[in-house]
Amino acid sequence: MALHANADFKTRLQMWLPKLVLSPTVALMLVFVYGFIIFSVYLSFTDSRLLPSYGWVGFENYSKLWRLSHWETSIKNMGIFAFLYIGICTVLGLGLAIFLDQKIRAEGMLRTIYLYPMALSFIVTGTAWKWFLDPGIGLENVMQSWGWTSFEFDWIKNSDFAIYTVVLAAVWQTSGFVMAMFLAGLRGIDNEILKAAQMDGASNWNLYRRIIIPQLRPAFLSAFVILSHLAIKTFDLVIALTGGGPGRATELPATFMYSYTFTRNQMGIGAASATIMLMTIAAIMIPYLYAELREKK
Amino acid sequence: MSVATQDTAIRTGRAVRVLIYLVLLLFALFYMLPLYVMLVNSVKPLDEITGGGMMNLPKVLTFEPWVKAWSSAQIGVEPTGLSPYFWNSIKMVVPAVAISTILGALNGYVLTKWRFKYDTILFGLMLFACFIPFQIVLIPMARMLGLMGMAGSTSGLVLVHVVYGIGFTTLYFRNYYAVFPTELVRAAQIDGAGFFQIFWRILLPSSGPIAVVSIIWQFTNIWNDFLFGASFAGATSQPMTVALNNLVQASHGVKEYNVHFAGAILAATPTLLVYIVAGRYFVRGLMAGSVKG
Repeated sequence: MALHANADFKTRLQMWLPKLVLSPTVALMLVFVYGFIIFSVYLSFTDSRLLPSYGWVGFENYSKLWRLSHWETSIKNMGIFAFLYIGICTVLGLGLAIFLDQKIRAEGMLRTIYLYPMALSFIVTGTAWKWFLDPGIGLENVMQSWGWTSFEFDWIKNSDFAIYTVVLAAVWQTSGFVMAMFLAGLRGIDNEILKAAQMDGASNWNLYRRIIIPQLRPAFLSAFVILSHLAIKTFDLVIALTGGGPGRATELPATFMYSYTFTRNQMGIGAASATIMLMTIAAIMIPYLYAELREKK
Repeated sequence: MSVATQDTAIRTGRAVRVLIYLVLLLFALFYMLPLYVMLVNSVKPLDEITGGGMMNLPKVLTFEPWVKAWSSAQIGVEPTGLSPYFWNSIKMVVPAVAISTILGALNGYVLTKWRFKYDTILFGLMLFACFIPFQIVLIPMARMLGLMGMAGSTSGLVLVHVVYGIGFTTLYFRNYYAVFPTELVRAAQIDGAGFFQIFWRILLPSSGPIAVVSIIWQFTNIWNDFLFGASFAGATSQPMTVALNNLVQASHGVKEYNVHFAGAILAATPTLLVYIVAGRYFVRGLMAGSVKG
């Protein structure tokens, strides 16, 4: 009898084990991701300043936020940055992938060179570009010392152009990765279709325009999702490259959120800006994930 | 990669090929440029840089900037160099990578080899959790770490990185185990093997490749992280990225560009090494982590 109960306990334990093993992760996720999201969203409706406080103020933080010129700057910068960053990375990545796909001799080596920036921290990348673009010691100085005395390149110190230096460094960091994604897509295209089209007299240009590029649609979609997600999260690069400056010229929502929450003691407004960032990402990710998960079933 | 490599449909003329090579080389230079600038300037005396010679090879070769960046540069209050922060990063990365990978492997096993209600929803929630902007969790996380007495400590950072890394590691192992023959698992079950025995004896021995991908992904992500380090680390637990940023942004005194470059390379070395040694897996990790799943 005792033996039987024992065995019963064992089989029941076996039945529960999978759920038991999964439960810490589920608990962590519910608390640290979804619980925290709810908490942050809640804080965005309160009068929290230095510390969380629970006085309900409705949408006041949001309306304040949208009246702040500082936030407006960061949203505008985000628009410029995201548009150029996504656009340039996609074009460059696709172009390089197509070129690399022409049975290039040193393909392996070139791929390695294009991709390594992705292994680096944005802080390292930012530091490297910061000094390279610095007119005092970097490119401008070098060109002038080489005899091109009228050469000027002071974008990083110029509040009208500084945001473009952020684009430059970010493109440098990720375009190689986008290239790898497109290259993988190109390698998956059936050669027989291309040959058939060629027999019908299609030129290389038409092959790419009519057959190959349309077939890369999944790669375009993934690239867009990843790049937009990276763009919205960009924080370290700005901190290392320009520190948000000159003035506020390179401030992005991520740096805005950080400074309002931790150095300006406006936690309610910080939480509101984080909520907007989350909603932006969700608007892109949720339809994408939904489609992905349905496909798999 | 493809089968018919010998006769692809696309053919290019000589002039076009020269142009293609030219463009590819030009971009190779563009990607190498910052690394070149960092390397070359980290072994120069400071006056060679300020004199306008950023692109030149050093006239006088010196490793002093490296020594200084590592052991005596002023970061924070003490002139300790980056070395203590390097060890902080190691102390944070090793347990965080180990724990998140082990949990990811177990989760992946459970999610593929044991039936669940709502497993797709659960998985969808996990996937979405991978892509939230971390700004949304900064405030509650700071509170939580405070409540748990882990504020400003390395163990706090380990917790943070484990929590926000599990989604990815689970994703990797889940997709890997999904194509692992379930019959093997069922057969072992009939032979009386228990939950952990099956995992240990059957799945784990063939998990090498995906474990490598998961470890590389986690290692580079956690090593390169700045936001969590800057938000939650204390003065004595700051990781390398935060210390490097402090070194470079320090506003007082002469800017020692050569030391900054040496420091940047020091911060980049571990992940660069991983990339050089395990480049193939690094790319696979990037691809798998890129939402695609």
